Amino acid sequence: MIQLADYEQIVGPQVLEELKILSKSLNGRKVLHVNSTAVGGGVAEILSRMVPLLNELGVETRWEVVKGGEAFYAVTKKIHNALHGNEDGLSEQEYQTFLDVQEENIKTMKFGEDIVFIHDPQPIGLIKLRKKLGNKWIWRCHVDVSKPNPGVWNFLKTFVEQYDKSVFSAPQFSQKLSIPQALICPSIDPLSEKNREMTKEEINSIMRRLKIPLDKPLVTQVSRFDRLKDPVGVIKAFKKVQKYSEARLLLVGGTADDDPEGTEVLLETKEAAGNDPDIIILSLPPTSHIEINAIQRVSTIILQKSLKEGFGLTITEALWKGKPVIAGAVGGIPLQVTHKYSGILTHSIDGTAYWLKQLLQDPAFAKKLGENGRAHVRQNFLLTRHIRDYLLLFLSLYHTEEDLINL
Amino acid sequence: MPFIKAEAPFIFKTQLSLVETMGLKARDLVELNYYLKEVPESSVYHHTHHFLQQHQYLTPEPPNDFAYWIANVLQEDEMGEKIAAIDTVQFGTLEALRGALVGAIEEYLAKHKALRKAPEGEEFHFMKSIRFILPTVYSASDLGEFLDCLTHISPSCLYNHIFGARLRPPLGESDFSNWLKNSLGETELAGKIERLDPYTYTMEGLRKKIIHLIEKRLERDR
Repeated sequence: MIQLADYEQIVGPQVLEELKILSKSLNGRKVLHVNSTAVGGGVAEILSRMVPLLNELGVETRWEVVKGGEAFYAVTKKIHNALHGNEDGLSEQEYQTFLDVQEENIKTMKFGEDIVFIHDPQPIGLIKLRKKLGNKWIWRCHVDVSKPNPGVWNFLKTFVEQYDKSVFSAPQFSQKLSIPQALICPSIDPLSEKNREMTKEEINSIMRRLKIPLDKPLVTQVSRFDRLKDPVGVIKAFKKVQKYSEARLLLVGGTADDDPEGTEVLLETKEAAGNDPDIIILSLPPTSHIEINAIQRVSTIILQKSLKEGFGLTITEALWKGKPVIAGAVGGIPLQVTHKYSGILTHSIDGTAYWLKQLLQDPAFAKKLGENGRAHVRQNFLLTRHIRDYLLLFLSLYHTEEDLINL
Repeated sequence: MPFIKAEAPFIFKTQLSLVETMGLKARDLVELNYYLKEVPESSVYHHTHHFLQQHQYLTPEPPNDFAYWIANVLQEDEMGEKIAAIDTVQFGTLEALRGALVGAIEEYLAKHKALRKAPEGEEFHFMKSIRFILPTVYSASDLGEFLDCLTHISPSCLYNHIFGARLRPPLGESDFSNWLKNSLGETELAGKIERLDPYTYTMEGLRKKIIHLIEKRLERDR
């Protein structure tokens, strides 16, 4: 099992020392995390790595999962889509299903910890117990709620405002609320399959297996075949650059069997690529972590020409590999990329083409961007920073009146 | 020569911040100015200092958040440059710094009526830093121990004693200079450290520079 000490070679001893100081300052307070799934999805992935590390730090932490049937998850899927802006609201019956499951879980679960940390909307109604228990409650929203469906958001807001604190992943997602809103960005684990160091042999063998030639600089976008990731725009930008620079474009996305729109976008993308031998479109299963790791490492430039984005962890992954990134200035991307310092931010196909040409022709500048990007991720977007922010968040629950706290 | 011992040791403390969003966003310079006048000091602090901790590997650092947004999003280049040039190190209090920022924006607004608006999704979001100051395991009673600790402390700890300290009483002075002068009588060394403009170094560059100054001072005693 991975231990805290394994991160020392990556982040340095001082970061771990600070985590120990913060943990000690919590004076033995215990924490309970609650979400809706034990496996699959970003929240479960982070918790599965973070909970053992918090316990190793001496912060006794438990993780529970709410139970609900098919009908409940159909409702929470609808809530999820509504938070992303889908106009379909919920029926009275659906709201009732949601509330019933909260009650059932309240009866069966235990919440004796000092701090109860609720993730996403599925278990949000458990807050009902706060008054009775008198402990501290945090609600973390992992979803992009920059433009939520107002009806569904107002329903959730009545619960959110009963919490001690809320947490959002990007400033654009914050809302007008009567409770404080912490900003805590997601993170990547540098020791996971998707981000661990790889040998040249390992990378080359994967490239041979995937039939990706390496005779030209590789420009890559890793993302679902989704219109909001603008794969057709990427091809248009690349074609503008082909006149001046020799390069190969690789668009890597997930398989789209259960997503009719995804299949459609994939077809549009293939059509836009035409018969150009220098444009490769590759579908990989969602478990292809090591393959994505290898592709990112072998790429010369990484694109993420998103028109809308949550936080954009694929960019974090690329920056961590020291790659120059050209990305759309949307969602959480500007938190990761400071234009012309740690990458390039663009707003259009022409802008993307312009900077792609620049970086292909100026490898020294591209290298500097990549180096700065990696340093930025090391400092701000690794799992250890995420743990530090959570520890600070826990401490802040006991110092609500101050902005400068001497411990 | 033996080191002079201080009566009270220097306890190295680190500063770590939790960021909170305030639910306020500005689309142009008028709105930026309006909110800038009313947000708490911890928000002024956040937008003029957080990049130092977030980008401590970069030199020159990106300008403060206001200047970056004005230049890169609003593309009001003249104003962005002016705000970037405000010499943060000169201000002993956050109120004074806020006054300088507001003054510069208002001067510009008086002359320019046609203002650019940020594209949707690129508004300026006001945030604040909740700062925690925590003691570390490092402490020093003389110059030799102080030098040794300096090589081990975290960048956040160095940041706290140099940048954070200037905004706490005794105002406008780093904790290092204050202790070296008042507890060890090292007035000259304290003055040299105080004259550094920390905003022009990376954190590691600053650490090296201070270590160098102390080593030079110690050479004199050998």
